Amino acid sequence: MTSPVPTPLHAIHQSLGASFTDFAGWSMPVRYGSETAEHHAVRTTAGLFDLSHMGEIEVTGPEAGRALDRALVGRPSKIGLGRARYSMICAEDGGIIDDLVVYRLEEERYLVVANASNVVVVAPALVERADGYDAVVHDASAQWALIAVQGPVSAQIVAAVTDLDVPTLRYYAIDAGKVAGIDVLLARTGYTGEDGFEVYCAPASAADAWDAITEAGEPHGLIPAGLACRDTLRLEAGMPLYGHELSRETTPFEAGLGRVVSFDKPDGFVGDAALAARREEGLRSTLVGLVATGRRSPRAGYAVVDPATGDEIGIVTSGSPSPTLGRPIAMAYVRPELAVSGTKVQVVVRGSHEDAEIVDLPFYSKK
Amino acid sequence: MSQEMSTAMSNPTHLSYTAEHEWIETRDDVARVGVTAFATEALGDIVFVELPEVGTKITGGEGCGELESTKSVSDLFAPADGEVLAINSAVVDDPALINSDPFGAGWLFEMRISNAPDLLDAAAYDALIEE
Repeated sequence: MTSPVPTPLHAIHQSLGASFTDFAGWSMPVRYGSETAEHHAVRTTAGLFDLSHMGEIEVTGPEAGRALDRALVGRPSKIGLGRARYSMICAEDGGIIDDLVVYRLEEERYLVVANASNVVVVAPALVERADGYDAVVHDASAQWALIAVQGPVSAQIVAAVTDLDVPTLRYYAIDAGKVAGIDVLLARTGYTGEDGFEVYCAPASAADAWDAITEAGEPHGLIPAGLACRDTLRLEAGMPLYGHELSRETTPFEAGLGRVVSFDKPDGFVGDAALAARREEGLRSTLVGLVATGRRSPRAGYAVVDPATGDEIGIVTSGSPSPTLGRPIAMAYVRPELAVSGTKVQVVVRGSHEDAEIVDLPFYSKK
Repeated sequence: MSQEMSTAMSNPTHLSYTAEHEWIETRDDVARVGVTAFATEALGDIVFVELPEVGTKITGGEGCGELESTKSVSDLFAPADGEVLAINSAVVDDPALINSDPFGAGWLFEMRISNAPDLLDAAAYDALIEE
């Protein structure tokens, strides 16, 4: 094993007293103080995240859109200029290789943001799938740091440090401009279920951008926030995490994300035949939300069982005590006929059967 | 929750410690048991605690309860053989006490020790967690 790579903001995290975790080869701040306080800050004011571990792949050229249409399940050629879409890259058998956000920066320039753990797979796959198109794929991960400002007051904070017009920057839109005089791409995106922004900048400028946002944000209650609360925030928002809800063994349909698959594309796409067949034959399992009755939390890998028979009917993919709801919540794959809100189930929590109920996702929606 | 959690606390010298990051305060043959600040920092915010019932005979080194944080679940190990005499119901009601005051109000249970266990002093425990 090589030692984990520090982000451009590592020294700042150390000075803030962060605890670190090795995540996908990166040394990432897991929390600065209390992850519960960080979670509540994002729900009520704002949190500041270092997401520099994320992978940024640029696809450029006259046929960049067509190449991405072929490579991904969605239709990036139809994304408007300065807009973004959530998408996925699937294998020939329909299994999910990664979930992605695709930004159209210019007519012939896209930014594909991949999970840190998957960029080493996604970048070569895009290169291979773009073969034959007039498009160039470039893994630019090392050229981009990423800072996220998330929470209900994030727009006020970002407006104070950018020359861009924040009120007109729509959700899932991106624009080039400045933050604290630094060249950035500013996107209104996130992974928390709140309004929020993601700031892409050069690694050498990341510390200055972080400090400027911190200074503008502190009067509004902004605090630094680590990966621990990012996970509970996304879980409450019902957002899938690769390696948990999404994997090579699942397709977008099981995950309830069939809407991101576009079969109507001139050149087809990698995995289309397998995904069309899966859509026809119906689901073997489907993703649901669970709320536990007791205080012990379902966790990834725990069995979901029928309370009457004890038969295994599913498996938990993510679970945690929910800071906002005050009860344990989880996502799980269960047999499709059981995926009905209100169904009583049990989760085997370290040997004991704990009552839980299937609920509609998400657990939390911003007002 | 306090922000002091991330600041390394020194381990009180009047306590004894186990390699499983528990502390023991012995008064005559009654021992009060808790987890160390190092353990709470590793766990993150504790949201649920399961303690052994009063009267239970517990065996040193074996699981006798659990601590659950947002991110993980950890077994609570009995620091010695003996009988549980009392539990701290305050931490059952408010597990955050374990994070905010692990060596004080966040104590977990009291037991009568039947066999004197091998324990670490503060210096030896400091050395262990420095590794």
